[in-house]
Amino acid sequence: MKNNKLTIAISGLNNVDSPGPGIPVIRGIRESKLFESRIIGLAYENLEPGPYMHEFVDKTYKVPYPSEGVEQVMERIEYIHELESVDVIIPNFDSEIYAFIRLADRLNRMGIRTFLPTLKQFEERHKSNLPQFGKTHGVKVPQSVAVTSFEEIEDLKRDEKIGFPLMVKGKFYDAYKAQNLEQAFIYFNRISARWGLPVVIQEFIKGTEVNVVALGDGNGQTIGAVPMRKQYITDKGKAWGGITLDEPSMLDFARHLISSTKWRGGIELELIRTPDNELYMIEINPRLPAWVYLAVAAGQNLPEAMVLLATGNDVLPFTDYEIGKMFIRYSFDMICDLSEFEKLSTLGEL
Amino acid sequence: MEKKVFERPVIKKLSAGMPAKFGLQVRHEPVTQIDGVPIKTLMEEYGSPLFVYSEKKIRQTYKEACRAFSSRYPNVLFAWSYKTNYLNAVCNVFHQEGAWAEVVSGFEYQKALVNGVSGDQIIFNGPDKSKEELELAVQNRSLIHIDHFDELYDLIEIGENSNIKPKVAIRVNMDTGIYPAWDRFGFNYENGEAWDALHRIMHADNLELLGLHTHIGTYIMGTEPYKIAASKLAELAIGLSSKFDHQLQYIDIGGGFASKNTLKGVYYPGTDTAPSFEDYADAITSVLIKANFRHNKLPLLILETGRALIDDAGYLAGTVIATKRLANGQRATILDAGVNLLFTSFWYDHDIRPAKPMSDQTEETAFFGPLCMNIDVIRKNMMYPLLKKGDPYVIQRVGAYNNTQWLQFITLRPNVVMIDEKGETHLIRKKETLQTLNKMESVPDHLKI
Amino acid sequence: MKLKKNLAISETGFVFDPSTGDSYTLNTTGLEIIQMLREGKNPEIITRKMTKTYDVDANTFERYYYDFIGMLKQMQLVAPDEE
Ligand SMILES: Cc1ncc(COP(=O)(O)O)c(C=O)c1O
Repeated sequence: MKNNKLTIAISGLNNVDSPGPGIPVIRGIRESKLFESRIIGLAYENLEPGPYMHEFVDKTYKVPYPSEGVEQVMERIEYIHELESVDVIIPNFDSEIYAFIRLADRLNRMGIRTFLPTLKQFEERHKSNLPQFGKTHGVKVPQSVAVTSFEEIEDLKRDEKIGFPLMVKGKFYDAYKAQNLEQAFIYFNRISARWGLPVVIQEFIKGTEVNVVALGDGNGQTIGAVPMRKQYITDKGKAWGGITLDEPSMLDFARHLISSTKWRGGIELELIRTPDNELYMIEINPRLPAWVYLAVAAGQNLPEAMVLLATGNDVLPFTDYEIGKMFIRYSFDMICDLSEFEKLSTLGEL
Repeated sequence: MEKKVFERPVIKKLSAGMPAKFGLQVRHEPVTQIDGVPIKTLMEEYGSPLFVYSEKKIRQTYKEACRAFSSRYPNVLFAWSYKTNYLNAVCNVFHQEGAWAEVVSGFEYQKALVNGVSGDQIIFNGPDKSKEELELAVQNRSLIHIDHFDELYDLIEIGENSNIKPKVAIRVNMDTGIYPAWDRFGFNYENGEAWDALHRIMHADNLELLGLHTHIGTYIMGTEPYKIAASKLAELAIGLSSKFDHQLQYIDIGGGFASKNTLKGVYYPGTDTAPSFEDYADAITSVLIKANFRHNKLPLLILETGRALIDDAGYLAGTVIATKRLANGQRATILDAGVNLLFTSFWYDHDIRPAKPMSDQTEETAFFGPLCMNIDVIRKNMMYPLLKKGDPYVIQRVGAYNNTQWLQFITLRPNVVMIDEKGETHLIRKKETLQTLNKMESVPDHLKI
Repeated sequence: MKLKKNLAISETGFVFDPSTGDSYTLNTTGLEIIQMLREGKNPEIITRKMTKTYDVDANTFERYYYDFIGMLKQMQLVAPDEE
């Protein structure tokens, strides 16, 4: 493996105040002592910071959104591959992950590796499927119902299926706690306008939110897992500081889930620990999260391990991590040249 | 010196956006022209609202579909599903490209004949075929796909009284794992009814059994159901071959491929989820190629693809009538096209685009049509640039089922135009007028005022 | 019709308006027209040059040309006294 140089294409370069995982994943990869890397950034928009962060991204290409058509995405990747000979692609947005799971075979035939969950794994963990997911895999989950109209929320209340407060969640993103029907109405409208239907109504579980980042090898083995608690949460609900925990029950939870689903790839579990110490799973994100660098710093370089798995190497599971390691996020005004913005926006390359 | 190809000059403001969380595009990029013809010009000339078809897009999509199948299978034929869109100009583009006609009523059958399709290139499907219509189809040597036993006996009778053997196939319905299974058309596979019908036909000397047909549903998002359908039909065909030594000429797998429109309430946009023609072709042809047809003689594969061939080529351009605030404070935008013209908005979240550049500012708005009816909702709620009275809009992907299912309800149906491959615009269906409708009515004398 | 004086226009078709901070992209024909406008060429000359290089007749070109100028005006890239 040593002296090997890998070309790795990575998206999610929106390293803004509510960042995508791209740059943190790259930081992990850059620190690998097992391989060198050339990082190809895949950007959707001209102002994503990643393309301008030259110490992390060697070259950036603009790519079309998957919603503009999978074939268009594929064409662009073929073009990039011809120039760069890409070894591994790591998509970091959920909607891309869906597209790339479907493209994985074609990419593989071109010699581009991915390390993604299967379509089944990806689909069964949708928010609206949580109750079934909990049953299948034996984990506690809040009652969740996908609704397509506000009247259904009224019905849920009347039939005492879910009481207030409750969580109103977008199918992709956004979550609000509603104390009563009036608030639920406002949030339902806000979320459906932004993310479309269905909107997911979830039982509110009282407790502390804790998170685990982990990596599954696809055969049921957990390659690494690090539990964390957010210490400070912004008004957007983003972690602005976090600390690794010594919490075997969370690790057990993650290992159990990965073994039961045979999860392949990165994963973030959002859990609530109730006052009587039970863990409820409220969400599964099918990728490494933006705070993954905390795991790297604590001793588990999960992005590196993911690249190794993608390229067919055996990876021994991590057994340890540093407890009490912290991250504090900060923002920083990078100074850029108009000429770089010009290049990215007119040529689509930087 | 050879002159360079001219492209319309454009300048575009660079938006400084960020991808939405989860990598979805948030902007509604304006669509200002169709095949190089400005939408503004189109509406000035033909009015608003206006249906617009791109001939180029139809041909391109058709060729793509053909290539996907014929690169994998030796013998493939498309039959244009009239009910999806039976504007004559649209049908004829498909016929010029080599498609036969697939019709499900006497009316559609006549339409195909008038369009110049030769009788032996018409597939006659559906539960409603009168005796006269069947007789005509037999005379014309059309392929008749039998839907039920009553029709089968009608055909046996026609065959007995005619010197031409009716050319028939049966429609088979089956469980392909999709819900709901369409079991009301044709003969059921699982309970043996299909096999019984085939028996009956084999024992009637005056019917010529040519093929098997199925249509498993519409907007099928996966390829697996097609594999199941293809293998069940192949099994029936092979069964006929071993029991009666009868070789079928074709297998017709029907339509049902998903278009890139987004169904209401699904997770991902249709553009992300719809399998490609390649995916469908791979599923269907690989099953047929692996099936044990006698002497490796593969039957002709017929497809009746509808929406996936035409949806993308149709646009509905129009104008904002007004904007208002609803009692709950939500913004509402009233368009001059509603569910009367856009029947498909009952199941799609249609892609509405501004037809001129807009700022990045957005607000939540509902989109209503012009009808004085509560059901006239195109989109319930979406984040959208700030439209105002008189602003032009375009709804993309409306080519399938709208110009056949549209309603003459409350208001009249508008012009339909087609832009040809050279960029010239042709009126292909004139807008209705009061006279169009009044011509068909008569008022008894005692009711005249 | 004159373009705003301080517009920065690059060979790649990138336009930067320093007075507003907005930037724009042009396609090839758009760029050629903008460059001629900047050189002070009048519509007749522009039409003649474009119809010579491109496979387009004068009438068709004019239609697109004025549409394009309309866009420039809308984007306020035209010198104000010229409107
Ligand atoms: C018999 C038959 N063939 C073809 C079609 C076309 O289907 P689609 O538009 O889903 O491709 C239909 C539509 O319902 C049909 O009933």
